[in-house]
This record gives sequence, C-alpha cells and structure tokens, in this order.
Amino acid sequence: MTLSRFDLFSPERLDEAVALLKEKGKDTFVMAGGTDLLIKRRHQVIHPRTIVSLKKISGLNRISFRSGKGLTIGATALLGDVARHRTVLRIYPAIAKAAGNTANVQIRNMGTVVGNLCNASPAADNAPALLAMNAALNIVGPQGKRVLPLEDFFLGPGFTALQPAEIVTSVFVPMPLSGSGATYLHLSARGRIDCSAASTGVALTLKGPRIDKLRIFIGACGPTPLRMPKTEKILINQKLTKTLAVRAGLQASKESKPISDVRANEDYRSKMVAVLVRRAILEANKLARDNK
Amino acid sequence: MKHEITLKVNNDTYSLAIDPWRTLNDVLREDLNLTGTKLGCGSGDCGACTVIVDGRSISSCLTLAVEMDQKKIMTIEGLAPSGEELHPIQESFVEKGAIQCGFCTPGMELSAYNLLSQNPHPSEKEIRESLSGNLCRCTGYNKIVEAIAESADKMKPKKKKGRKK
Ligand SMILES: Cc1cc2nc3c(=O)[nH]c(=O)nc-3n(C[C@H](O)[C@H](O)[C@H](O)COP(=O)(O)OP(=O)(O)OC[C@H]3O[C@@H](n4cnc5c(N)ncnc54)[C@H](O)[C@@H]3O)c2cc1C
Ligand code: FES
Ligand code: FES
Repeated sequence: MTLSRFDLFSPERLDEAVALLKEKGKDTFVMAGGTDLLIKRRHQVIHPRTIVSLKKISGLNRISFRSGKGLTIGATALLGDVARHRTVLRIYPAIAKAAGNTANVQIRNMGTVVGNLCNASPAADNAPALLAMNAALNIVGPQGKRVLPLEDFFLGPGFTALQPAEIVTSVFVPMPLSGSGATYLHLSARGRIDCSAASTGVALTLKGPRIDKLRIFIGACGPTPLRMPKTEKILINQKLTKTLAVRAGLQASKESKPISDVRANEDYRSKMVAVLVRRAILEANKLARDNK
Repeated sequence: MKHEITLKVNNDTYSLAIDPWRTLNDVLREDLNLTGTKLGCGSGDCGACTVIVDGRSISSCLTLAVEMDQKKIMTIEGLAPSGEELHPIQESFVEKGAIQCGFCTPGMELSAYNLLSQNPHPSEKEIRESLSGNLCRCTGYNKIVEAIAESADKMKPKKKKGRKK
C-alpha cells in the first residue's frame, strides 16, 4: 500500500484551524513539528487525508514567564528553544532538562513540547516533570476555550482527553513556591537520544525541614505517565532521610506497572524505578532546601 | 493540490509547484538534483538528510517541502560555495580521515556547522552531544570528533595582532 496523500493547510488564525479540523473531520490531523505525526504516517499507523499545520499561527511559538504567575510554553515552541531558554533554565530547570534530553539536535529543532504531550506516548520525556509541577493545558475547540490539568489529559497510549477539533494552544506551569524543588531523571539504552525506558518527575515543597507538598510521576512504566500516591504518602510530613528515600523508591517500584518491550524488560524497569525515584526525591529535596 | 512555493537554497531561488506530501529531502534530491543531501532511515534517526534551515539543523526527511516556502536553506553543496576551495570543516574532515564511505559526511559536516555557529569553542563532550542525531557506520566517530575540534580551531576569529606603532 502506498502512503496516504493529504492536503496541507497552514492557517494563520486559531479559529480557522479549529474550523478546518471540524469541517474536514475523519483522518484530519493537527501538526506542530511533525516528528511524530509524519513517522506514524510513514509506518501507516495513520492515514492522514488532511493535515492542519499550526506553524503559521502567530504567537503560538511564544515562551513567556510572568513572575508570581508562571510559565507558558506555546504549542509551536521548539524543544530546543525551551531547553535553552534563560528563564526556563533558571526557574524551571527540570523542564529545560526534559526538553533538552528529548530526541537529538535536529529533532529538537523541529519538534515541540506540546506535540510531545499530545502524542501521548507513555514514554514522553516532557510529561513527568510537567505533571509533577502541576502543569495545565490551554485548549481551544469548537465550543471555545478550556483549561485542563495535565494530570487529566492522558488516557492511554496515543489517547488523550482532547475532543474532536480541539487544539492545545499552550502548556502552563505555575510559578514554583519558595522552598520547592523539582527534578526530572530518566534512563534510556542509548544515552539521551532514544525514548526513555524509565523516567520520573518529582516536585516537592518543604515546610521547615518537612515535606509539605509532593507530586511524584513515573514515565514509560504503564499505559500513561503514572502518579505514585502511595509513595507520596510515605514521604508527606516527613523529614527526608536516605533510608526514607530508599523506602519510597521501593514503594514506587511496586506501584508502577512496567511492561517488557524493545527498550527494557519489566524486571529491569521495576529496579530502575526504585533507583530513579530515590535519586529524584533526594535531588528535589536538596533543591528545595537551597531555594528558601 | 500542488502548492506554489519558493525555496531559497544555497543563495539560489527556485519557484516550484509541489505536492503537499513530498518531503524537503525528496525535492532537494529529485527536483533540484542536489544529491549531496542523503536519505538514510527516513525517520529522523540517522542524520544523513541534515540540512540547515534559517540557521538551524533539521532532518529533511521529516520536513514537508511546502512548509519550507520562503525559508533559507543550506545544503552541503552550499558549504563550500566556490566549489573549489573547501570549507574549513570539510578540510579538517579530509585531513583527519573522518570520511570513509562518506554517506554520513554531508550530515555530519552540517551538524558541525550548526554547532560551531552557536558555539565556536566546543568541548569534546559538546562536540559528541552535537552529533547525537548523526550515525556513522564506518569511522567509529573519533576521527569525526577530532576533525570538528580542529576546524573549530581553524575558524576561531583571528586575534587582532597589536598594531601599535
Ligand atoms: C529520531 C527521533 C527521536 C525521538 N526521541 C524522543 C525522545 O527521546 N523522547 C521523546 O519523548 N520523544 C522522542 N521523539 C518523539 C517526538 O520527536 C516528540 O514527541 C516531539 O516532541 C513531538 O513534537 P512535534 O511537534 O513534532 O509533534 P507532531 O508530530 O506535530 O504531533 C504529535 C501528535 O500530537 C498531535 N498534536 C501536536 N500538536 C498538537 C496541538 N497543539 N494540539 C492538539 N494536537 C496536537 C498531532 O496531531 C500528533 O498526533 C523522537 C522522535 C524522533 C523522530
Ligand atoms: S534520513 Fe533523515 S534522519 Fe535518517
Ligand atoms: S563514513 Fe561511512 S557512514 Fe560515516
């Protein structure tokens, strides 16, 4: 079978893009960088008849920060630009790190953070840190605008809570409180260039020496990135020690649901979750102490 | 439906009518006969198809040609524009023996160009990281890394010699 042939539209306004998606219906896809979409077409996982590119919509590539509010990463902001952005590096280092550890140089010059989320791979490198930092998506569709916590976005591999003809316009990350720290750690077989075999995002806030608020997410070990409530419970209101971090890591390993695939087997993944979570908690706790 | 586009490749301007599903790689190689840009994996992994668009390296196999309308593109044919004198990056690749079969070379050299235009004095680690999107089946990479380090030295802006008289 030959690859699908499609029409390409590059509207300059969001409402035009939404209208096009609605009008064209079946086999119509939004495209940002295309680094996932065009590969899925090539592998005949999808057969696009219409592609609506977001690249000509002005302002959508913006990365902006408002002190006291937070960071907004637009739908067409490139992974490479997020990774290098001064404010992101300073105030959201875990997010810069995740973007800078996604794929390779060329793909980071083409692909986007929002596209990485919308693709909804369980291994998406940008998801865990953003989830831990309580990010939300700004969405526009035929019914108008809405805001959705990122935590409610992922439904399964390749499946999201987006309704037909909806477009994510940006991801918003609240300003970290003082006394808080966030980390992203991941492991992959070929260093940093291929998708992660296991990853974790941790964000915590200290009150005095104790952990007051905490969110832990694991990537690549289940159908979607997963939150670890039981692990969080072990740590909340506690003063972190190495022993406690080890215990939390083991709990996370029990709580995650890894599978075996080309990147790693189940056993290895479980063991690595324990290690990654332990390290990430210790690191986030240290950052939080330094950030008082 | 074909799209009318203008591609600005290596200082030449082309007006073309292109089907929307064709990649930049297809158009460079098949329509413009610029076959220095290679096609390896076709899926973003190998970097043989690397070109520079608006100053940044991208994979031409994953780029729709129509989206390159009005953009400034540099392929390997544009690295040594005179066609006679090699660019310092190319010189170093030749001198250091960083080329064996040569299939990865155009992509490697453009990744080097991308690196050196952002970071003229890269460390070895930075050079290796800059090649994360380029595979080579022949050289084992060390010669390529050495060649890029050497070309960085050659391209260093010459220190102005004291001209006080
Ligand atoms: C060689 C290679 C290596 C890679 N390595 C990694 C890696 O290490 N880690 C990793 O996580 N990923 C990796 N990827 C996957 C991919 O590059 C990333 O997921 C990238 O961030 C996707 O962004 P994009 O803009 O290219 O998305 P696109 O391909 O444009 O879109 C992805 C999907 O999301 C939808 N979509 C995009 N934007 C929106 C929007 N604003 N609203 C609604 N839907 C939207 C599209 O319809 C499509 O289904 C790799 C890809 C390649 C080719
Ligand atoms: S041919 Fe484009 S990356 Fe391999
Ligand atoms: S020289 Fe043969 S692939 Fe690099």
